[in-house]
Amino acid sequence: MAVNSTPSSLTSKLRAHALDGAVVGAAYLGATPVFALAEGVLAFAGEEPLRVEAHKGVLLSLAADARSILSGGDDGRVVRTRGDGSTEVVFEQKGRWIDQVAIGADAIAFSAGKTAHFQPAKGEMKTLTVASTVGGLAFAPKGTRLAVAHYGGVTLWFPNAQAKPEFLEWKGSHRGVAFSPDMRFVVTTMQESALHGWRLSDGGHMRMSGYPARVKSMAFTAGGKFLATSGSNEAILWPFASKEGPMGKQPSMLAPRDVRVSCVAAHPKDEVIAIGFEDGMAMLVRISDGAEILARAPDASPVSAMAWRADGGALCIGTESGSAGVLVL
Amino acid sequence: MAETQAEKIPVTVLTGYLGAGKTTLLNRILSEPHGKKFAVVVNEFGEIGIDNDLVVGADEEVFEMNNGCICCTVRGDLIRIIDGLLKRKDGFDGIIVETTGLADPAPVAQTFFVDETVGAKTKLDAVVTVADAKWLKDRLKDAPEAKNQIAFADVILLNKTDLVSEAELKDVELRIRAINPFARIHRTQRSDIAIDKVLGQGAFDLDRIQAIDPDFLEAGHKHFHDEDMRSVSFTSELPLDPDKFFPWIQELTQREGPNILRSKGILAFKNDPDRFVFQGVHMILDGDHQRPWKPDEPKLSRIVFIGRKLDVPALEKGFRACVA
Repeated sequence: MAVNSTPSSLTSKLRAHALDGAVVGAAYLGATPVFALAEGVLAFAGEEPLRVEAHKGVLLSLAADARSILSGGDDGRVVRTRGDGSTEVVFEQKGRWIDQVAIGADAIAFSAGKTAHFQPAKGEMKTLTVASTVGGLAFAPKGTRLAVAHYGGVTLWFPNAQAKPEFLEWKGSHRGVAFSPDMRFVVTTMQESALHGWRLSDGGHMRMSGYPARVKSMAFTAGGKFLATSGSNEAILWPFASKEGPMGKQPSMLAPRDVRVSCVAAHPKDEVIAIGFEDGMAMLVRISDGAEILARAPDASPVSAMAWRADGGALCIGTESGSAGVLVL
Repeated sequence: MAETQAEKIPVTVLTGYLGAGKTTLLNRILSEPHGKKFAVVVNEFGEIGIDNDLVVGADEEVFEMNNGCICCTVRGDLIRIIDGLLKRKDGFDGIIVETTGLADPAPVAQTFFVDETVGAKTKLDAVVTVADAKWLKDRLKDAPEAKNQIAFADVILLNKTDLVSEAELKDVELRIRAINPFARIHRTQRSDIAIDKVLGQGAFDLDRIQAIDPDFLEAGHKHFHDEDMRSVSFTSELPLDPDKFFPWIQELTQREGPNILRSKGILAFKNDPDRFVFQGVHMILDGDHQRPWKPDEPKLSRIVFIGRKLDVPALEKGFRACVA
């Protein structure tokens, strides 16, 4: 380890869960941590463990709000699962894969191949077909704008308006996509080891590169001052506090090690991020001073998903081998 | 490295011009009782008569990497599909990627070298091309796609041999050799072939590069000279200087990458007891020390390029300048 001092540790408080499959997503339904397994199962890791078979196949995508989890699978189904373990098939298209799902304020969205679907809580479903398979899907924090990432850029879709979708162009394959909490920026993770961003006010480009590996995980911190990312041997945090975004500024680097960061999750209230590594170690790091607390000891399996409870009082951590843990602070 | 290589899932790329017999071959692989399970990525659903949940449809979505290299095109849809397939609980023994008849095999092959996750869990096994013995000659004249598929192949099924004479077969084999000196050619009818001749070829496995047969290199050129697409090889009995060779090959493939479809070499470096082997797909190069030269083995360096518009004198001059 490359840290100078032994970080303080919370590993004794971590309640371990052995799950029988790779964890591909994690979320809290109220106070209950839920791990999504590749084989289509949602494993509720609360006081009464529960296994919900959401998909008859691989679970490809996951999104959650306080009340429900939305998942997409290679069985062509979009499934909503609630805190009591009940499920509802929201959409089904046989023979297709549901690659992306997203939850908005009063709507959900998902994609199969090149087509993005928007389903409001009340009203008819709308669809938008883009140039290539949808690589990422995200609702704007307010309103019903959707960012749809694909080859060559991002399409901003306003499903409730007559307005033509807006196209943010940048060459290459765009995969994950996110709005900044203040809605000034849209950022994508690319197939290359880089992020790309657009300033929505004027379409200005932001190139964030220099990663040794593809960035698979990104999260805006509470308040939106930073965008934390995986893909390097430390968490890379791009400063988004100013109007210009991160251009011309150096990113902060937290928790440097000789192992790559595989997953990041931002604390919902404080400027703290959870950082998961490819060897299974997880740390909590305070952004202001870089103070580290060990949350999970390494066990050789990459951290593949993490989620904070809405009040920030608990964190769940899942890995590719199915070893998982829940930390109540 | 050997241990981790063994666990990787082999991927076979199946190409062939329209009507050559690709689907017939695929149906054979899927239906014959060999006890193996394959995931198949097809470009058109419905062609395959077998109901199999391991058959996945793809859209052949190619994009250019943002690395300033115009030939570095990748199948992004394949990255996504393979990511998904690898998550399945019940595994499989291999993946077969079928391309459309008009597809260039390069983006498929390059996908396995460009994406880290895909590269960590799968390995490209071979590019298999099905060719129509009767019509290939014509396609090589009028269809650049057909030429690409022959140039790129590790294994070629010369299919529908019952429709042509032995003399015609020999002629078309020589035409293939003029373009591609190292593909293994199998004559078939109705794509009937033992699957171990098609799958598990290890064509991109550096450990399995044995020799580059000079007879093959010469055979085609004596008879046919395809100015557009051809192969060219050079040998050197004098050992090479790695400090000259690597900058040369890197600069060459960066510059001429779009024209060089494939390259392969077995090299003897000065003061180095090991054979160095390398192979390339356009500008993506992969090379390593392989094994010590055997005492009775001549320390001969040999390099082959398959490509379009190759400047043979310049290539030869460049290679000669790498002598230590």
